[in-house]
Amino acid sequence: MSVLLEFRDVEASYGGAIAALHGVSLSLAEGEFAALLGANGAGKTTLLKAASNLLPAERGRISAGHILFDGQDVTAHDPGDHLRRGLVPVLEGRRCFKNLTIEENLITGAIGRGLRRTSIAQGLEQVYDLFPRLKERRKVAAGLTSGGEQQMAAIGRGLMARPRLFVLDEPSMGLAPLVVTEIFEALTRLNVETGLTLLVAEQNSAVALKHAHNATVIENGRSVLQGRAADLAARSDIRDSYLGGASV
Amino acid sequence: MDWFELLFAAEVAVGGLLSGVMYALVAIGFVLIYKTSGVLNFAQGAMVLFAALTFVNLVERGVPFWVSVAVTLAAMTALGFGIERTVLRPLANRSPMTLFMATLGLSYVIEGAAQLIWGTQVHRLDLGISNAPFEVWGIFISTFDLVAAAIAAALVAALTAFFRFTHTGLAFRAVADDQFAALAVGLRLDRIWATVWAAAGVVALVAGLLWGARLGVQFSLSLIVLKALPVLVLGGFDSILGAIVAGLVIGATEKLAEVYIGPFFGGGIEGWFAYAVALIVLLVRPSGLFGQKRVERY
Repeated sequence: MSVLLEFRDVEASYGGAIAALHGVSLSLAEGEFAALLGANGAGKTTLLKAASNLLPAERGRISAGHILFDGQDVTAHDPGDHLRRGLVPVLEGRRCFKNLTIEENLITGAIGRGLRRTSIAQGLEQVYDLFPRLKERRKVAAGLTSGGEQQMAAIGRGLMARPRLFVLDEPSMGLAPLVVTEIFEALTRLNVETGLTLLVAEQNSAVALKHAHNATVIENGRSVLQGRAADLAARSDIRDSYLGGASV
Repeated sequence: MDWFELLFAAEVAVGGLLSGVMYALVAIGFVLIYKTSGVLNFAQGAMVLFAALTFVNLVERGVPFWVSVAVTLAAMTALGFGIERTVLRPLANRSPMTLFMATLGLSYVIEGAAQLIWGTQVHRLDLGISNAPFEVWGIFISTFDLVAAAIAAALVAALTAFFRFTHTGLAFRAVADDQFAALAVGLRLDRIWATVWAAAGVVALVAGLLWGARLGVQFSLSLIVLKALPVLVLGGFDSILGAIVAGLVIGATEKLAEVYIGPFFGGGIEGWFAYAVALIVLLVRPSGLFGQKRVERY
């Protein structure tokens, strides 16, 4: 399998002063479902934003190392170009457009990709098939829906852009365990049925390790551990020292 | 109060409402840009002046009316795209204060350029709309004001339909809602901003023609921004509906205050009364009557 996304000794900082990453290496093969684990503030969000070249919008930058998406350096393109080449991010905290309805939120994902009306209708059908709850709520302003529905809408909005590589930042944040399971099962279904490549950052290591193939643990801006998810999940010493002792 | 006095009060109020429409027209230009990019565009007044000057000079040189409108429209669109390219893009992700200062500078550049190109003399602008008043139930209403209000209403209807029913309009609303998320979703912020500035330019053209026909096309036209500010404070900086309602409220109260409260101050309160209203609004309800309330549940 070919490598779709590669981080090579990536270092990044904000405002030229605050260092957030001190050397992260990670590579992701096509069709892989990978988890990125680490405590609060470990650098997961920064790493994912760096992949989509979203750091400059927050006055951050990659100060050393390289990130390659599909063989090309990501800093050479703006976030919209990455999206149109198939690298689609789902941001931390969902970031739905709160004043827009659920369906309008979904459509923005397709507009960003530059799709036409027939493709949009097709995309909506697929998203509603994956998350039937969204169909019932499609006329409701996103800000008035539940956290789980907003997360589904954020994922759906990403799917509307027809991703090749789907990068999600903490999809479980603040959600009830049942909803978290539902979301991860949907992600697994996408991975199995359509071969979608996934990179998911999570604090909830239990659920992430259960669904992902491989995992990378980062701590204080460094990648410290890598391996098959099943192996990592089996080792309690790892769980205790890196993953906050979270258990199922 | 006897019947005659009531009629008189109604006439003052109607006149105020109609001039309020003109305030709203200027305020809408601000709202468009503020909503989508968070920039308070101080250059809106200069754009009104630029549009009016361009139009009136073309007409005076014998260019037919509608051709002049089209050419000015093209010029305002080009101006919008030019501003995005040369001012906004290099300053992207800077603080709102930086951007505000940039538009302040921009307003002087546009004013200067307008006078450099078209000269400084005062022009009379005749849109061919009669200014004769007509009578409805004993109240005299100016035809010009009524036509101006109708044009403004048509403009607002067109803008609303655009925001509501087109994909570009949807992208505008998304950017207005959450700029960072819009960037991550792949919406092309630079194009959206350029389009919004062009749209604000079109609004400036309409405002420039109507105000110019009323006051004459001259340098002081750019000062109507000062009339728009209290309207924005009252209506909320990010609401088109707010701009309209607040424009009407300010227009009517300003005229009524002049007539009924004015004598206690020795008259001349029309000029500052709107600011007094704005000050009170700022103390009581800083986001204005229609300013964005967060759609969120807890």
